[in-house]
Amino acid sequence: MSTLMVLVIVIAIAAAGYFIGRQRAVSKEGGNVKPHSLPHYHGWWVFLASALPAILFIAVWAAATGVYLERSAIAELPTRTADTVIASQSLELGMVSGIARGLDKLSDAERANLPQTFAELQPLLASKGVALATEGQDYMIPIATEWNRNTAWASSIGGIVAIVLALAGAVFGLSGVHVRARARNNVERVILGALMAASGIAILTTIGIILSMLFQTITFFQSVSPSTFFFGTVWDPRFAAAGSGGSQGQFGLIPLLAGTLYIAFVAMLFAVPVGLFAAIYMAEYASRSVRSVVKPLLEVLAGIPTIVYGFFALVTVGPFLRDLSAALSGGYAFIQAQSVLTAGIVMGVMLIPFVSSLSDDIITAVPGSLRDGSLGLGSTKSETIRRVVLPAALPGIVGALLLTASRAIGETMIVVLAAGVAANLNINPFEAMTTITVKIVNQLTGDLEFNSPQTLVAFALGLTLFFITLAMNIFALYIVRKYREQYE
Amino acid sequence: MTDIALNPAAPASARPARRDIGLKRRYAAERRFKLYGIAAIAIGLFFLVALMYSVFSNGYTAFWQTEVNLAINLDPKIIDPDNKRATDPNVLLTANYPILARNALAEKLGVPATNKPAMRELGKLFSEGVRGQLRDLVVANPSLIGTTQSVWVLTGADIDSAFKGQIDLTVDQTRRKVSDQQVEWMNKLKGEGAMSQRFNTGLFTYGASSRPETSGLGVALIGSLYMMLIVLCLALPIGVAASIYLEEYAKKSRLTDIIEVNINNLAAVPSIVFGLLGLAVFINFFHMPRSASLVGGMVLTLMTLPTIIIATRAALRAVPPSIRAAALGVGASKTQMVFHHVLPLAAPGILTGTIIGLAHALGETAPLLLIGMVAFVANSPVTPLDPSTALPVQIYMWANEAERAFVERTSGAIIVLLIFLAVMNITAIILRRRFERRW
Repeated sequence: MSTLMVLVIVIAIAAAGYFIGRQRAVSKEGGNVKPHSLPHYHGWWVFLASALPAILFIAVWAAATGVYLERSAIAELPTRTADTVIASQSLELGMVSGIARGLDKLSDAERANLPQTFAELQPLLASKGVALATEGQDYMIPIATEWNRNTAWASSIGGIVAIVLALAGAVFGLSGVHVRARARNNVERVILGALMAASGIAILTTIGIILSMLFQTITFFQSVSPSTFFFGTVWDPRFAAAGSGGSQGQFGLIPLLAGTLYIAFVAMLFAVPVGLFAAIYMAEYASRSVRSVVKPLLEVLAGIPTIVYGFFALVTVGPFLRDLSAALSGGYAFIQAQSVLTAGIVMGVMLIPFVSSLSDDIITAVPGSLRDGSLGLGSTKSETIRRVVLPAALPGIVGALLLTASRAIGETMIVVLAAGVAANLNINPFEAMTTITVKIVNQLTGDLEFNSPQTLVAFALGLTLFFITLAMNIFALYIVRKYREQYE
Repeated sequence: MTDIALNPAAPASARPARRDIGLKRRYAAERRFKLYGIAAIAIGLFFLVALMYSVFSNGYTAFWQTEVNLAINLDPKIIDPDNKRATDPNVLLTANYPILARNALAEKLGVPATNKPAMRELGKLFSEGVRGQLRDLVVANPSLIGTTQSVWVLTGADIDSAFKGQIDLTVDQTRRKVSDQQVEWMNKLKGEGAMSQRFNTGLFTYGASSRPETSGLGVALIGSLYMMLIVLCLALPIGVAASIYLEEYAKKSRLTDIIEVNINNLAAVPSIVFGLLGLAVFINFFHMPRSASLVGGMVLTLMTLPTIIIATRAALRAVPPSIRAAALGVGASKTQMVFHHVLPLAAPGILTGTIIGLAHALGETAPLLLIGMVAFVANSPVTPLDPSTALPVQIYMWANEAERAFVERTSGAIIVLLIFLAVMNITAIILRRRFERRW
C-alpha cells in the first residue's frame, strides 16, 4: 500500500466525516435549544479530528521506517575492512537502496528467479530504466530484497494503523456532534495552532541556518584550527584527491575578507554620492511629474537580477575599462578585465536605487517646520539641505547605508563573474581580488566529497558572512528605530 | 510729483553701496548643488540605458537563427546499408544522417563528392544537430526512406554569426572561423533564397548542449516554472498565515518580538546563505535529490517568505480597525472576522507583495548554484524531482562559455528573463492601481 494511496483514503474518510457531521448537526437543529455552532463547523471538526492525527502518524511512521530500514541494512552489511571496494558506508547504503528501488520495478516472474550476481542483475534493471553504479556487489542483492520486504511490511502496517486512526477520529468527532457542542471553538483553536506554526517557520529557518552551518563549521575546525582560518593570509585550498592524504590546503580568511570589504568599499564609494544626491534632488527639488518618472526608472535598477549585472560587467564594463586603460597608457592595459574596479562599479550601480529610495524616505520624513525655519532665516535651499535637513536625517541615512553595505558584502553573482577567482592580497583596485561569496560558490559547485575540509570551509565562510551581515543589519535597524522616535 | 519723476537718478546714486554678503557665491553654490543632483540621476539613468542597450543589442539576434533549406534524399543505402531495419530498430537510430545532409548540400552547390577538402568544409556549414533532426523524422515515419524531403536545417554557429554580420569578414581567413569558400557558398545560398534567418523556436525548446545553435532554454524554463509554482504554493499560505498570527492574534510578548526581529533579519540575509542551508538540510540531511527543482523551490520559498510576510502585514495593517470592530460588533468570532472581512480586503496588497516576491525569486541565482542546479541537463524534466536548471542559472552557465555565439544566446536568455520580470512587475503595479483602496 503506497503512502499516497493511504493519504487519499484518509482524506476520503475525513471528507465523508465532514458531510456526515454537517448532516447530523443540521438534523439536530430545530429544537428549543439554540445551536452553538453553524453546521459546517461540526463538519470541519469531524474532518480535522479524523485527518489530523492520521496524517501526523503517517509522517512520523515514514520517518521512523526510513531510520529503521537503514539501521537494519547497515547491520547486515559486511564489516568494513581496509580493502572494501566502496569508499564509504553511505555510498554502500545508497547502492543498496538503488537496487531495492530497481527490484521493485520487476515483474513477479522475474523476481521469482532473481539473478544471484550483480553483473547479471545490472542489465536486467537497466532495461527497466534503473541505472546502477558499476561497482555494486553480490552481497547487496539479498539485503536489497530484505529491504523491500521490510518496506512492504512497514508500509502496510502503517497504512492500516493510519486508516484505523482516521476512522476512530471520525467516530470520535461524530459522537461529539450536539446542539450545544462547541465545534467552532475547536476548529478555531486548530486554525490558531496552524497560524502559530506558520510564524514559527521564520524562527526555524534562522535556527536551521545557524545550526546547519555551525555543525559543518565545527567539523571543519577539527581539521583546521580556527586561528589559521581567521588569521591566515594565504588561501590555497588545494583540491586533494580523496584518500591521498597529507596534502593539506591553507585556508586563510584574510585575503577573502579583504577582497570582500575592498569591493564593497569601491561599490559604496560609487553608490553613496550618486544615490544620495539623486535622493536629495528627488525629495527637495524635483517637481511631481519629474519625480513620478525618474523614481520608478531608478527602481528598475533594483529589480534587475544580479546575474544580469554580472553579465554586464563581464562583457561590457570589464572590456571597456581594459581597453580604456590600454588607450590611456598607450598599449599596456593596466586595468584587468576582471578587477576590483569593475566589480565595484557595477555593484555600485546595483546599489544606487537602494541608497536613493531608502534615503529619499528618510529625507522626506524630516518635518517641514525645520525647513521653513531655515528658509525663513534667509538661507538658500542648498544651505537648508546641507545644514539642517541632512544633519537631522543623518542617523537614518547611516542606517540605510549600513543596510546597503551589508547587501554589498553578501552579493554573489556580480563578483563571481566580474571580480575573478584569484585570492590576492593587494591594494591595487585595477587587479583581480576575490570575495567570500565567490569562494563559497567555488568550493561547493561540482560533485565533491562532503566531509573534506575543502567543502566544509564553505560553511565556515558562510557562517562568517552570516554574522557580519547580521551584525550590520541589527546595528542598522537599531539606528533607524532610534531615529524614528525623535519626530513621532 | 513731476519733479521727482523727472529726476530719478539722484536718489539711486545716493543709496549706500550694498554690503557684500556673498549672495552671488551662495547662489552659485545653490546652482552647483542642484546640478550635482541632476548629474547623479543622469548617471543612474545612463547606466540603466547602457545595461539595457548592451543586453538588447547583443541579444535580439538570438531570436533568429540561420537555417538552410535542403532537399535531402533519404537514401536507404546510407541509412540502412545492410537492409536490417525491419528486424533491428537500432539501425535507424545510429545511421549516419549528417552524410545525407552533406550530400544534399554538395549537390545544391555543385561540389563534386571526390573533392575531399571541399566536402569537409561543406560539412561545417550545417549543424551537427541535423543528426537528431533527421533521425526523429525517419523514426517517426520510416516510410519516408527512399524519398526526397525538403528540410530546413540549422547552420553551424560560426556560419550563423557570419550570416548575421557578427564576424568581420575583411580580416584574413586564417584568423577567423569561417573560410572564404564557406562565405562564398553562404552568399550563393542566400542569393538563391535557400539560406535565411527564421524564428528561433529552438531557443525555447532545446536543453543543454555544447553546440550553441542547438542549446536552448527548454529545461531552464520548465525548471523555473516548477520552482515558481512551488514557491507560490508554499510561501503564499505560510506567509499569509504567519502574518495573520503576528498582526491579528499575537499579543506583544518577548516571543513575538523575537519573531519580528527574526523576519526583518531574514529579509537581509545574503541569498547565498539560503543555498548553504538548502545544501546542508535538504540535500545532506533529508537526502533529497540534487539539482531538483523541488529543492530549489523550497530554498527560494524560505528566501521569499520574509518579503511576503512584510508585504502581507502592511496590507493587513492598512485595513481600518472600524471594519474589525463592525464585524465583532455583529457577533463574528475573531477567526470569522479575520477570514471573512480583513483578509479579503487585504487581498490585493497581499497579491502584489507575492508577485514582487516571486519576481525576486525568479531572478535569484546564487542559492541555486549551491544545490547543484548548475547541471548539464539535456532532457526536459518531467517531475519536480528530476534534475533541471533555472533561467538565471542557465544565463550563468552560458556566460561562462567562451564562444561568440553563446554571448548572443546569453543576452537572448537575459531578454527572456527581463520580459518575464517586467510582466510580473507590471501586473503587480496594475493590481495595486486597480484595487488599492484608501480608507
